[in-house]
Amino acid sequence: MFTLWLSAVSMAISLVVAVFGAMARTSGPRWLRSVVAAYVEVIRNTPFLVQLFLIYFGLPQLGMRLDANEGALLAMVLNGTAYTIEIVRAGIEAIGPGQLDAGKALGLHRFGVFRLIVLPQALRIVAPPLGSQFILLMLNSSIVSVIAADDLTAAAQDVAGRTFRSFEAFISVTLVYLVLSLLFTAVFAGLERLAFGRRVASR
Amino acid sequence: MRSLGTGDYLFLLLAMRWTIVLSVGAFVFGGLIGAAVALARISSVRALRWLAIGYIRLLQGTPLLLQLFLVFFGGDLLGFGLGPYLSAILGLSLNAGAFLGEIWRGALQAVPVGQTEAARALGLGYRARMVRVVGPQALRIAIPPTVGFLVNLVKSTSLAAIIGFVELTRAGQMLNNATFRPFTIFGIVAVLYFLLCWPLTIVSRRLERRMSVAHKR
Repeated sequence: MFTLWLSAVSMAISLVVAVFGAMARTSGPRWLRSVVAAYVEVIRNTPFLVQLFLIYFGLPQLGMRLDANEGALLAMVLNGTAYTIEIVRAGIEAIGPGQLDAGKALGLHRFGVFRLIVLPQALRIVAPPLGSQFILLMLNSSIVSVIAADDLTAAAQDVAGRTFRSFEAFISVTLVYLVLSLLFTAVFAGLERLAFGRRVASR
Repeated sequence: MRSLGTGDYLFLLLAMRWTIVLSVGAFVFGGLIGAAVALARISSVRALRWLAIGYIRLLQGTPLLLQLFLVFFGGDLLGFGLGPYLSAILGLSLNAGAFLGEIWRGALQAVPVGQTEAARALGLGYRARMVRVVGPQALRIAIPPTVGFLVNLVKSTSLAAIIGFVELTRAGQMLNNATFRPFTIFGIVAVLYFLLCWPLTIVSRRLERRMSVAHKR
């Protein structure tokens, strides 16, 4: 199940990088803000497949060799990070300025305000979109089969190639994806209720 | 191996035409499917609602790449090979139909219920209610997210390359096989996609901002 590993690992790395990225995007120095904004725009306005080709076929031209799975992971992380930055940024910007003023009034440093006040609230806001982002990432990961990484879709292509029963191979794997995405939708809904349910209800 | 010439750049530019044709085609047919899905999704007939929900779950819960494979190989299995061109349009339209259906359902439901009730009180039938009362109001709400979705649609046409549709990405692959300059070629391909998508992103963002200002008033 390289598909699940790939999706989970790239989501985890993306999330960590995206928290810093979103922090830089909202409250960093001006040049850093524009760098992050440009990165997000470029990634979000070009197809994942082309990004994958650039990384897997293009980087060796610049002298950086990657095997298919490393290339797939790098592309997934670079792509996922851009989308996750936007999600986290929206969460951060949803926190009212009163919260920041209150934090400052309590004598917290800028980073303290971010870590103790903004981040916990923002994460609660962004939990649902992050859940759907994970599912999108998982479905998107099927594209890495094109560079022959060992994911679920590549396995189906392998079976199709050996047995000449392409339709059967692909429909079985499609069903696996469907079950996975329905399963994760249910799991995320349950987790949200468990983690945040009561507090949201009491508001 | 040979070097890159002006003809090669022209080849990529011309291939971009097919990306645009594919996007427009999928948007038109996907739009028709999407309208039907959106109406079915909010219909008063339970079976229709379930059918629409099932369709959306199925198409949004599986990878587009596999949907394209299934259309491509499924046609062969049933005895009518669609070929890469028709398969790509059909697959992308079916997929776009699910996403547009969800977006438009949201827009239709965002129109206050009072509007439907008032139209009904005036004696308007279903068609007149949808076409003259709810539809135009929903359209305004639907435009910004629809333009945003177009960006996704343009990007997803790149997957048609995998089943052999010669659009921008496939043209890049072919050129790369001949010249072996992957970084340059896919860099140019990425820039061309960016030039297609970025204006759409900006328009969508501007429309969204205008809508939210209009709402606050």
